[in-house]
Amino acid sequence: MQTDLHLFAAAILLPLAGAVVAGLGGRLMGDTLAKAVTLLCMGAATVCGIGALWGGWTSGFGPYAVPLADWVNAGGFHATWTLRFDTLSVTMSAMVLCVSLLVHCYSVGYMSHETMPVYRFFAYLSLFTFAMLMLVSSSDLIQLFFGWEGVGLASYLLIGYWYDRPAATAAAIKAFVVNRVADLFFIVGIGLIYVLFHSVRYDEIFAAVPQAAGAFYTLFGHSFPMLEVICFLLFIGAMGKSAQLFLHTWLPDAMEGPTPVSALIHAATMVTAGVFLMARMSPLLEVAPNTRLFIIFIGATTCFFAATVGMVQPDIKRTIAYSTCSQLGYMFAAVGVGAYQVAIFHLTTHAFFKALLFLGAGSVIHAMHDEQNMFRMGGLWKKLPLTYGVMWIGSLALAGVFPFAGYWSKDAILNALWAADGRMSHYAWMLGVITAFLTAFYSWRLLFLVFHRAPADVQKRDAAHESPLFMSVPLVLLAIGAVVSGLVLAPYYIGAQQSAFWQGSIFNAPGNTIMETFEQVPGVVALLPSLVALVGIALAFLFYIASPGLPEALARSCGPVYRFLLNKWYFDELYEHIFVKPYAAIARFLWKDGEEGAVEGLPRDLVRATASGAVDAVRLQTGSIALYAFTMLAGLVVVLTVALCG
Amino acid sequence: MNAMSVNWILALPEITLALAGLVILVFGVLQRPGKGIGACTVLSIAAFVGCAVLVALSPDGAAYAGTFVNDSFARFMKILVLLGGLVALLLTVSYRTDERAPLPFETAVLILFSTVGAMIMASSANLMTLFVGLELSSLSIYILAALERDDVLSSEAGLKYFVLGSLASGLLLYGMSLVYGYAGTMEYSGLIAAIQQTTALPVGLMVGLVFLVVGLCFKLSVVPFHMWTPDVYQGAPTPVTAYMAGAPKFATFALLLRVMSGPFGAMAPRWQILIETLSILSMVYGALAAIPQTNIKRLMAYSSIGHMGYALMGLAAASTNGVRATLVYLAAYLVMNAGVFAVITAMRRKGREVTSLADLSGLGRTDPGLAAALAVFMFSMVGAPPLAGFFGKLMVFAAAWQSGLYVLVGIGALSSVIGAYYYLRVVKVMYFDASAERLDQPARSLVFVSGSMGLATVFFVLALGPLMALARQAALALGG
Repeated sequence: MQTDLHLFAAAILLPLAGAVVAGLGGRLMGDTLAKAVTLLCMGAATVCGIGALWGGWTSGFGPYAVPLADWVNAGGFHATWTLRFDTLSVTMSAMVLCVSLLVHCYSVGYMSHETMPVYRFFAYLSLFTFAMLMLVSSSDLIQLFFGWEGVGLASYLLIGYWYDRPAATAAAIKAFVVNRVADLFFIVGIGLIYVLFHSVRYDEIFAAVPQAAGAFYTLFGHSFPMLEVICFLLFIGAMGKSAQLFLHTWLPDAMEGPTPVSALIHAATMVTAGVFLMARMSPLLEVAPNTRLFIIFIGATTCFFAATVGMVQPDIKRTIAYSTCSQLGYMFAAVGVGAYQVAIFHLTTHAFFKALLFLGAGSVIHAMHDEQNMFRMGGLWKKLPLTYGVMWIGSLALAGVFPFAGYWSKDAILNALWAADGRMSHYAWMLGVITAFLTAFYSWRLLFLVFHRAPADVQKRDAAHESPLFMSVPLVLLAIGAVVSGLVLAPYYIGAQQSAFWQGSIFNAPGNTIMETFEQVPGVVALLPSLVALVGIALAFLFYIASPGLPEALARSCGPVYRFLLNKWYFDELYEHIFVKPYAAIARFLWKDGEEGAVEGLPRDLVRATASGAVDAVRLQTGSIALYAFTMLAGLVVVLTVALCG
Repeated sequence: MNAMSVNWILALPEITLALAGLVILVFGVLQRPGKGIGACTVLSIAAFVGCAVLVALSPDGAAYAGTFVNDSFARFMKILVLLGGLVALLLTVSYRTDERAPLPFETAVLILFSTVGAMIMASSANLMTLFVGLELSSLSIYILAALERDDVLSSEAGLKYFVLGSLASGLLLYGMSLVYGYAGTMEYSGLIAAIQQTTALPVGLMVGLVFLVVGLCFKLSVVPFHMWTPDVYQGAPTPVTAYMAGAPKFATFALLLRVMSGPFGAMAPRWQILIETLSILSMVYGALAAIPQTNIKRLMAYSSIGHMGYALMGLAAASTNGVRATLVYLAAYLVMNAGVFAVITAMRRKGREVTSLADLSGLGRTDPGLAAALAVFMFSMVGAPPLAGFFGKLMVFAAAWQSGLYVLVGIGALSSVIGAYYYLRVVKVMYFDASAERLDQPARSLVFVSGSMGLATVFFVLALGPLMALARQAALALGG
């Protein structure tokens, strides 16, 4: 057992070691050595992580605590660096490590055309991984928040990696700022947890939930159930990290970063943090039914919204980015009905096929020399056979076609939504099914546009070449994962062996039987998602292969709808008007009127007044004795008046 | 003790000093023309020192039918006056260094007689004594100001001071006559009784008081009765300016404090606003008008106008604490003011006096010692801790605050900020401007005065305890 814990600690800390060595020493040791160091560290960490998972599976997951160091010890507040070893943290860590290792490996090939040294990139990647591992292995909320912020920082650094591109730096700032907004709610939630439980440690919080169930929180004369408020705040934090509706705007822009970063953000680190937080906080969420209704609503709506936008995007990476947004919506909907295991299951399978899709897209972009517009591609399937193949596998998994990974997890979510049998969950089910159709449609739209349609630029098509080994090996490995992970993992995550597997690391309240009942749905309901997916594929074939003029005609006839979707429901424009412009106006006011006007101007005017006052004061001193005498007498009159009337 | 009796012993210091003055005058006449100044000055210094010892030893009591009083307040003020006079004499010793005729020996004698007048003012217990002392002091200074007869500025200074001073004396006399008319007496003790007996204060008495205050404020160069100050300060020979900025001011303050807290103490609520107004006017005008000045003597004239405003703050507080604060302030002012004038006297190039601010350029490099001393005085005048000026300002501000004069304190703080500009400009000119031509090596007496005053300014804090005890005693003597 002790070995497993040591392996686990090594798996968490090795990426940090890689990041520090490569980041601080990269300038001295050179790119090649830095790449080797980070790859080695990641490789070793992945082996340790899988070893820990295997050890945990054979000899029990605990939960155990792995104390590392003391951190904050102030008055009644105590926080330590302690790793939590339970099913949730170990499986998440193993998944993060696997994907991250493959992304590291892929990056070696992808970044080979860079003219600048890239040790910085690899150090950031490792730092990103470490932060996410810290987040998932945390044993208290403070450590979790540390990882949470670390992920935010690393994403900022990576999205803005090409700092000489204005769009990239703007996207990085946007990602950081939007996340800060959500983090504010999150940290207030943590504060309220401390107020209620006098602790930030999971064990102590979860143990005290039953006693705290009746607590109320009074704000502006209204009373709210304390736990609902806390869960709501935590969910807002999760919305920011996981790019749910209203806080999603940073995710598509984050595509400005190098493609491996997108793969990492979308598959393993960053956006999955929100879903993980919800699963981790399941004991709290179980007693906050109203918040969970809200979660269903946001999840389902995001799911649908992102899919509609993804349908019309011309940019290959943005299409996949909206797909992520949409899939995260599924996961949150599952969380909302209490099926946390299903959400984590979909998170895991999604990690494989979304990483695959992004890396495949990266391979296409690499081959086309940084061309990202799908309408300028086409006919690439002969030149990029391997990429073509894995993209098919990824799309099949995403669309949820049997027996690919997505089929198992997505169907489980939709079944759970149906089985939960509430008004809100039926709303979510309906949108989920529509989204399944849309997902299939935009996935094949991508495939057809990129690989099949007549090439927009024949010369460019002919110049394209398949990616080097460093890039193709991760693609193949991920493709295997996208095929089999659903089939293999389903029994453990959501099937017959689920309780033996999770060992209580995810909590379902006694009344919450969704995990037993979600498969008992009518046959037609269970089949519907697969059916609509096939219809979506067929429609994409009709639109982009059979009669290529149709999409344009449709776009013309439904102009407003098309523009609405193309402009992403005008969220960016809306925020521009509601937040950015007033904020800029306030900032400008404070700068021009407040700072330059009052803060600098007041002293300047005072100085001017003093100087002119001095000149006037001296002007009285003419030297004329008559004037002096007169002044004295006038002064006498004034003084006399003051004395007699004052 | 019988108040009506002639009590010679109480006035012994004044009598001694006056007799010494007559002796020195005879001695000076016997010297060859133009040669007596050195010996006369030394003799006068000796007389001052002796007189100071007598003052310190003199007993309490009233004399000359109640017109003369000696108490700890009088002793405190007389010591200040004597010190001020002493410094002026020290500056006189080595004043003339070029080929022009030296100052006449009467300079020392006149300073001596003026000091006798100032001491009598400090001891006055009757409006008549007040006037006699004041006139003795003033008439001497009129002559002193015009001492350099072949210098236009000096003659102009003397004439202006005389004309305006006469006007002020007239106002003072008129005020006294009004007071006498309404109160029926000129004795302070009688005035106290008269004012305490009346329920409704006659307007005439108030008018008389205002005239009295105006007459004294002229001597203090308080705005708006200050107009003579810059011209006279600039025109008069520097040692005379140093004297005018010291001893007569202390004596006039002694009068003002004595009259206002003694006979008119019961009317404090009525005259507080008056003093407050004068204080504010002086502080603000002094700070503002000094800014464009290019002549250091003129600059010091405005500086002294401002300082008198701060000192008045203590009087405006109308409390024992206030009087004590004013006394401490005056002591600090004496030290730093004497030091500045010692440095100004030392400003010579090829034997000739220079008084422009630009002449100080680069003094920090050409004469670091003198520059350091002047910098210390300037910082002290700003009120930077832990120098002498800081404690003076602190105490008057505190006293005014305790009496609830928040507006006064606020304006005082503001005007010290403005004042800091021109004081620190002197420092800037000395240390950061390109060096002007080197100044002459200063005479030893000037090095002594500026050095000792510099040390006194820096280590003022060490003497603060005893000084405050003395000032408190003096203030209590006045209030009691």
